[in-house]
Amino acid sequence: MLSIKNLQASVEGKPILKGIDLEVKAGEVHAIMGPNGSGKSTLANVLAGRDGYEVTGGSVTYQGKDLLALKPEERAREGVFLAFQYPVEVPGVSNIYLLKAALNAIRKHRGLSELDAMDFLTLVRERLKLVEMKEEFLYRAVNEGFSGGEKKRNEILQMAILEPALALLDETDSGLDIDALKIVANGVNALRSPERAMIVVTHYQRLLNYIVPDRVHVLAHGKIVKSGDKSLALELEKQGYAWVTEDAPRASA
Amino acid sequence: MASSKQNIEALIKRDYQAGFVTDVEQESLPPGLNEDVVRALSAKKNEPAFMLAWRLQAYRHWLTMTEPKWAHVRYAPVDYQAISYYSAPKSKKDAPKSLDEVDPKLLETYEKLGIPLKERELLAGVAVDAVFDSVSVATTFKDKLAAMGIIFCSFSEAVHNHPELVQKYLGTVVPYTDNFFATLNSAVFSDGSFVYVPKGVRCPMELSTYFRINASKTGQFERTLIIADEGATVSYLEGCTAPMRDENQLHAAVVELVALKGATIKYSTVQNWYPGDVEGRGGIYNFVTKRGACRGDSAKISWTQVETGSAITWKYPSVLLEGDNSVGEFYSVALANNRQQADTGTKMIHIGKNTRSTIVSKGISAGRGQNAYRGLVKVLKGAENARNYTQCDSLLMGDKCGAHTFPYIEVKNPTAKVEHEATTSRIGDDQLFYLQQRGLSAEDAVSMIVNGFCKEVFKELPMEFAVEAQKLLGVSLEGAVG
Amino acid sequence: MTAPVSDSRPLYLDAINAQRAALPGQTVPAIRTLREEGQARFAELGFPTARLEDWKYTNVSAIAGQLFKPVNGALATVSSEQLHSHLFADLPAHRLVFVNGRHAPALSSVGKLPAGVIVGSLAEILATRPNIVEPHLGKIAPTGTNGFTALNAALFADGACVHLARGAVAEQPIYIVYVSTGDTDSVMTTPRNLVVLEESAQATVIEQYLALDDARYLTNVVTEAALGANSRLEQYRLQQESTKSYHIGTWYVRQARDSRFISHTVDLGGLLARNDLHDILGAEGAECEFNGLYVVDGRSHVDNHTCVDHAKPRGTSREYYKGVLDGMARAVFNGRVVVHPDAQQTDAQQMNNNLLLSRNAEVDTKPQLEIYADDVKCSHGATVGQLDTDALFYLRSRAVDEQTARDLLTYAFANDVLSRMKLAAIRLPLEQRLTTRLLRGRSLNELELI
Repeated sequence: MLSIKNLQASVEGKPILKGIDLEVKAGEVHAIMGPNGSGKSTLANVLAGRDGYEVTGGSVTYQGKDLLALKPEERAREGVFLAFQYPVEVPGVSNIYLLKAALNAIRKHRGLSELDAMDFLTLVRERLKLVEMKEEFLYRAVNEGFSGGEKKRNEILQMAILEPALALLDETDSGLDIDALKIVANGVNALRSPERAMIVVTHYQRLLNYIVPDRVHVLAHGKIVKSGDKSLALELEKQGYAWVTEDAPRASA
Repeated sequence: MASSKQNIEALIKRDYQAGFVTDVEQESLPPGLNEDVVRALSAKKNEPAFMLAWRLQAYRHWLTMTEPKWAHVRYAPVDYQAISYYSAPKSKKDAPKSLDEVDPKLLETYEKLGIPLKERELLAGVAVDAVFDSVSVATTFKDKLAAMGIIFCSFSEAVHNHPELVQKYLGTVVPYTDNFFATLNSAVFSDGSFVYVPKGVRCPMELSTYFRINASKTGQFERTLIIADEGATVSYLEGCTAPMRDENQLHAAVVELVALKGATIKYSTVQNWYPGDVEGRGGIYNFVTKRGACRGDSAKISWTQVETGSAITWKYPSVLLEGDNSVGEFYSVALANNRQQADTGTKMIHIGKNTRSTIVSKGISAGRGQNAYRGLVKVLKGAENARNYTQCDSLLMGDKCGAHTFPYIEVKNPTAKVEHEATTSRIGDDQLFYLQQRGLSAEDAVSMIVNGFCKEVFKELPMEFAVEAQKLLGVSLEGAVG
Repeated sequence: MTAPVSDSRPLYLDAINAQRAALPGQTVPAIRTLREEGQARFAELGFPTARLEDWKYTNVSAIAGQLFKPVNGALATVSSEQLHSHLFADLPAHRLVFVNGRHAPALSSVGKLPAGVIVGSLAEILATRPNIVEPHLGKIAPTGTNGFTALNAALFADGACVHLARGAVAEQPIYIVYVSTGDTDSVMTTPRNLVVLEESAQATVIEQYLALDDARYLTNVVTEAALGANSRLEQYRLQQESTKSYHIGTWYVRQARDSRFISHTVDLGGLLARNDLHDILGAEGAECEFNGLYVVDGRSHVDNHTCVDHAKPRGTSREYYKGVLDGMARAVFNGRVVVHPDAQQTDAQQMNNNLLLSRNAEVDTKPQLEIYADDVKCSHGATVGQLDTDALFYLRSRAVDEQTARDLLTYAFANDVLSRMKLAAIRLPLEQRLTTRLLRGRSLNELELI
């Protein structure tokens, strides 16, 4: 589904990603771990097409297409979803309006008809339960005045409604208390499916107790320095990042 | 909170510490202004013809102008014919060649002010140009700077030794037609400082000038011109005091800064002119025009000012952001206590692309003081992606003072982003009580709150000046809380 | 069109002299004096020039350079069919319609008024019950703050008069419509409105200014409002004048103890519109809230001047003005807040935000604070800029195309002001207008969900 080859990217002229290789198949959940500043969030933002992240080399093929050539909204319509590390407040635009506009844009792209108001509401209400959110959230401005946990749950709600093929979860766990974390993880797990791939970017192993990955990659200094199965995460938890980052020269050699 | 109020009031009564008179024989022109005075002044300074021509042009233009009335200040009219436009210590006919030639009494004055030139020369690494009334008395560190090609001298010397530089830059940032006070200055300015930092040179020390008005019935009209050539960097400090007199004295200075491509000029002022007494008698009228031009790409001009003195302050250090990517900054603390009035702020004129400006203004009003921030942020049509951020805070101490904000924002480019925020607060009884209950004196509590309020500006000052500014603020504010 | 002249003052003074005898209420001494003062002040001041600080960014030389002939009566007949589509039809209200400045009874429908409520034409009330008008008219607005208010004082012939006795409540809004039909000559109307709420009275007043065709004319209106203790007035002012017209509107409000005044100003039309809203919080505990929206394009110029005078303690003021500018439009905002020495515990906030959508649009904004008391909470802010890039990216990452995302955020930015309006019958049609304007005619039917 997703094939990243020697991806390099800079922010404000400073190289952050220095050659990332990653293959993700449909149905897989990959965790990308790494210390602060290793380039995890940069990777997620580059894949979503955020301004200010300049690709300086390499390629990303998504479902056979050159992902990097697409505009952010085109990527979204093709099924790429980024759950933001810091969800943005959009005063004056209600949550439900955004959901409907987004869903219909994606459906239209896929050649489906727009959902009518009733079907849409039914869908939204059902998905609300998944993240244990009250309906009133729908009518508030996007993320405005939401607590940290509410913002993250809102991201998962959007994902549940938009049903992406590739979900990028950028530090979705950071700052959450354990109850909120469970809710978010349950939501994510409910969305796992053979057609859907997920890349879970996290600093903490804790999240992976709830979202069990198929593959774990460790990112350090802009490169993947170690890959393994879920046991790698546990190993990291025990030994700390120094264990792999000190390995880095050997791993890249 | 009656007790704390009394404490604070007792604290205000402190005297102006720089208010002593130096007893030196002065040589002055008789009061009055006409073309002959301008000619005499120029002749006394043995100026080349271009200077006299420029002065006369300015004088003739000045006659057509009227004094501006728009500032939020009130004062008795100035009698421009009652002022002496030239006053110099008489003891040495020729300008002193070294510190040894300087009248010991003058040196003593500077000692009292805390600027021992000799010591500074040896210890502090600050090159000081001291202006006493109208003439520059001595400039330290000249030799060391000269070796790097840096010119730091009095304006009079620059006119004689570097006329080509003076002629090239004088009046290019503040033209002689600019405004009533700047035009008057152009006609009659007596001396000031001149700095030229050549291409790529980073001036290794802070350059400093100390201004002092000593003679009575004199005006001080100094003119400063600083040029930082391509890639050069210079930091300049200016301090000002005047003795206590019960008449108002006029100070109408002009400062011009020119920063060429990639150059940086940092200009810091601690202004402690005599503010007048509690009833508003005496004090300096500080009507100053300060402006810098970022003439080349990526040039930067930063103004920092701590204005605690003067009866009236009328001053808007500004930056013309002509070069692409150029940066302008203005950090200001202005205090108006007793009957002081301040109308001060800045103008940031965005002309080039990607130009950025930051304005942080902290106004403190106490007693019957009136403090106004007046600022202009102008984004011209070609200034793509111009950015301005303005933060303008007022602190009120007592219910007889005033704090005013007059920001003008004019935007003609849709890619610009301009933000202005202003707040007003006071030192509350609850804050004072809380701090006192934790063991601080009322004075220390006030100073803690005020210094916290001013922190963003103080951190822009060179270290020693920051300490001085904090002390000055403490002294100037004594007894100001009610 | 009349040929331009260097000083039109004598032309206007001649027009005043010609009309004076025929103006209503000339037998009432206070009214006669007011008109004479207005004439004298106008003779002295003329029209404002850019040299005056308050008119620095708004050039009225197009008005000053010719005579806009004062009209005193209908130039054309307007049928209720013609008018219907311009009105807020779903709004049950006491409606007064003025055509070219004069009351048009056939188009008005005041209906049954609750006890203690008077709503009528100023000319008529001056003739029948001058005692209602006399104590207030010209007492709230100073006669000659500038040439326009002076001219209005000299020439006003009609307007709306609203009077609520102590404790009276007008449950239905009072809806005042000014229709301009224009003429071959450029004409001027000078309506004068008076709104008086006695203690604990409560009313909503809507002023709507509109044109039936694209005529060139000048509306020079002055409204005076006195709010008694504990009274509450909500005002809507909707300026939808023709694209060739000039609109100069001046509001003077005086508030007594614990009264509350809410104002919504919306400017969608006019070649040049200038609104002056001056509110004196003249007693303890008075509160006001000003909401303003201007959406301008073409060569339109909109200038909003507000002034809140906090004269007494514990007053609260809130101002939210927002503007969206396209084409070669220019907007001016000047928000002045004065806190007088007496006005301790004042709480004043003001915000002006502007979006520039075009390279040739321009904004000049000047929020001002003048504070003479210390125990106050005052803040103001002003921004000029573009849409938030993060919000834009966020929407795009949710599959919304860039243009739609921009339009949507622009709409949300502007609609923030409308959302503060309580009257849905006004708010919804205005939102509709806004969607047409800012969403390029695309429908926002998804919004029906909300």
